[in-house]
Amino acid sequence: MEQYDIVIIGGGPAGLAAAIGAKEEGIDNIIILERENCLGGILGQCIHNGFGLHTFKEELTGPEYADRYIQKVIDLKIPYKLNTMVLNMDSDKNITAVNELDGSLEIKAKAVILAMGCRERPRGAINIPGSRCAGIYTAGVAQKYVNIDGYMPGKEVVILGSGDIGLIMARRMTLEGAKVRAVVELMPYSGGLKRNIVQCLDDFGIPLLLSHTITNIYGKDRLEGVMIAKVDENLLPIKESEEYIPCDTLLLSVGLIPENELSGKANVQLSSVTGGPEVNESFQTNVDGIFACGNVLHVHDLVDFVSEESLSAGKSAAKYVKGQMYENRIEIMAESGVRYTVPKYVNLDIIDKNLNIRFRVGNVYRDNYVSIYFDEERVIHLRKRILTPGEMETVKLSNALLKQHPACKRVTVKVEGE
Amino acid sequence: MFDVVIIGAGVVGCSIARELSKYDLSICVCEKSSDVASGSSKANSGIVHAGFDAKPGTLKAKLNVKGNKMFDRLAAELDIPFRRNGSLVLCFDDSDTSHLHELMEKGIENGVPNLSILSRDEVLSLEPKMNEDVVAALYAPTGGIVCPYEMTIAMAENACSNGVQFLFNQKVINIIKEESTFLIQLENEQIESKIVINAAGVYADEINNMVSAEKIEIKARRGEYCLFDKAAGALVNMTIFQLPTKLGKGVLVSPTVDGNLLIGPNAVDSEDKEEKGTTKEGIDEIIKKAELTMKNIPVRQTITSFCGLRPRCTRDDFIIGEAKDVPGFINAAGIESPGLTSAPAIAEMIEEMVVQILAPGRKLDFNPIRKGIPKFREMNHKERMALIAKDSTYGKVLCRCETITLGEVLSAIRRPLGAKDLDGVKRRTRAGMGRCQSGFCSGKIVKILAKELGLSEADITKFGGNSKILLGENKEISEK
Repeated sequence: MEQYDIVIIGGGPAGLAAAIGAKEEGIDNIIILERENCLGGILGQCIHNGFGLHTFKEELTGPEYADRYIQKVIDLKIPYKLNTMVLNMDSDKNITAVNELDGSLEIKAKAVILAMGCRERPRGAINIPGSRCAGIYTAGVAQKYVNIDGYMPGKEVVILGSGDIGLIMARRMTLEGAKVRAVVELMPYSGGLKRNIVQCLDDFGIPLLLSHTITNIYGKDRLEGVMIAKVDENLLPIKESEEYIPCDTLLLSVGLIPENELSGKANVQLSSVTGGPEVNESFQTNVDGIFACGNVLHVHDLVDFVSEESLSAGKSAAKYVKGQMYENRIEIMAESGVRYTVPKYVNLDIIDKNLNIRFRVGNVYRDNYVSIYFDEERVIHLRKRILTPGEMETVKLSNALLKQHPACKRVTVKVEGE
Repeated sequence: MFDVVIIGAGVVGCSIARELSKYDLSICVCEKSSDVASGSSKANSGIVHAGFDAKPGTLKAKLNVKGNKMFDRLAAELDIPFRRNGSLVLCFDDSDTSHLHELMEKGIENGVPNLSILSRDEVLSLEPKMNEDVVAALYAPTGGIVCPYEMTIAMAENACSNGVQFLFNQKVINIIKEESTFLIQLENEQIESKIVINAAGVYADEINNMVSAEKIEIKARRGEYCLFDKAAGALVNMTIFQLPTKLGKGVLVSPTVDGNLLIGPNAVDSEDKEEKGTTKEGIDEIIKKAELTMKNIPVRQTITSFCGLRPRCTRDDFIIGEAKDVPGFINAAGIESPGLTSAPAIAEMIEEMVVQILAPGRKLDFNPIRKGIPKFREMNHKERMALIAKDSTYGKVLCRCETITLGEVLSAIRRPLGAKDLDGVKRRTRAGMGRCQSGFCSGKIVKILAKELGLSEADITKFGGNSKILLGENKEISEK
């Protein structure tokens, strides 16, 4: 049985920042458990630029961004195990893992930071009918083939879903010589960042077909084509609008799911909206000493926010090891248009700096306001030119503001027309 | 020259091959696909039926009940998962309970043991998630579940270890009856055999009609299924059928032997024997029907849906035996449900016929035992430590959803009749069968397959033929 103060599950951007946060807060007996053969997580295959604008005030590629954190982990002498898969964990923070060197590992931790990231929603989860031929991939899988392995999964491509990875892959496949016929999006708005629509589709003349879906998939061995159709206001396909697009490849970018199977084994309470744990301002889950950050908590658009959040989660875990206890004093209510908030709970007493509340909206809102109420009092009222489900919002509550409301019983976040 | 050529490497063909490998016979199995279990055997309910459904006196009834009894020994010999989880036939209308009793009577006549009728309360205490509108159910404790492709693979591996030869990607083009032998024309070669056994599934009519004047017709009957995450696998314990009513046959809700939840199938006749695509209407239909059995079908936990083809014979019973006009040509045709359950009994029946014709001697070194791939996921700490100490590749988890290790994947590729493509690895190990549906592990397995088979990654397929995963190297496409 190995014993650690803090075990960090996952060595991607969240796990790396969390480890740095914990170490900087004075905890040395840390271990990062990473299932792949290198640190950095999904950033390794994100070779496009646009990372780090918030954190480093410069534009980096994914591997460059990851490398800054990996170097820091190495400089701080934070230990990590690669090729190590965590198989089980209970609410007493007993962890079972496995790798080729140690065999089956049994680990006891004082605190655990969940940083396992997310996975892509596969075809089966959305039940697209049709052939089960080769040539259908999630966008991230295709990204790995192209960017890491150097192989093209196809040359005539249709992309279903306009999540960021799908948009990025539309550009990537084009640059590598493929023809991207269309990006097909069920909703009347894109699920990705505006900047990606402009830079990855518009700049390459790739059509984005909003309010469209794929109604059938054709091909015996390898994909030969897809049938697309417009959808009505209930998102049901309109038969008469069906159109056949020949293609050899279908990429799916239809959502990311926080990967919390392990969290469930430790009785960590999950949000039915995000699929991630419900945490408080210190990123602690409902289980004492188990913290969560990054895409396992809620899916982010920008890695910069993952790093910021995870650094903070690492510090909280370190303080927990040193004796600090956290409680879920007040609930933050997500109302009218706001789908969820992170954190879900807050204890105003222990906050000694600003509090970021992050959330997503459930629809597109133009010229609306984001409001925050402390009990019945509206303390923040921010005009937003546009709010869309594809872009995560952050509202910063200053420490001074928090200190003015020590007796607050409830915080509410909502979208308001005026 | 072979003594016996078996056409089709599905569960029936492979069961026959294994049964006949007990004898001093030279046997060859010809399969048109790249792997065993590539047709009806890979996409069906995986149910070991108790045997109350078939009409008394038919081959279906006889072989079902006999086959069912053979499964405990078979599972032990072949090291395959099998569970007698029992089955229920639910009845939702008081006026239909007489049909439930008729079904039980039929089962008793067929020789199914320990059948009983359960009251509503008994049903709900055994299966609390059932629709509370249930009024009664027929309970068959001998019903079971098995993994149909794992069973087929195990049969084939054991047959192969006992000397049976397998030819893949070899479609039978024609069969010519010579004086005392058959000439079987394959795509790339011609082989000769004393006996031909037709186990060609949905194509068994084409094979039969090549040599026999007594024509048969096999239709492909499509059946669609939804498979749910293992998180939903414990919603039911038993295999739950619905009593057929004037509205139709209903669908089943069952745990799979691997721990998922399965619903389906519907039944739609298809002219096209390759049409294995799913349809929105079909999936909607089975979900709606399954909701009669269990109100809260966990649709959000669907991990995949698929369609299988049953070889539906117009004669309404299995066609097993020597064609009357062609001595030495033996049919095992029209093997639709309960074909999986009956397969071991069909094999014994055909064994008798072959023994009668060729009078072969018993093979002294026949070994009925097949050892499966070690299942890391089912081991305890001590077993895992021992396995990894012996072979460290069992310490590298490749498929995170199903906890499948590199060691298992390597074993799947290197063993007799090893995997040659992604689906082959998937069906032998379960790598890629979980909730991410191979997103995280497929790229790694493509690399391993390429290395093990001495191929380029761009040559690796999903299931043989032209089902390539990658279409070339970067930039290569535009340069061409």
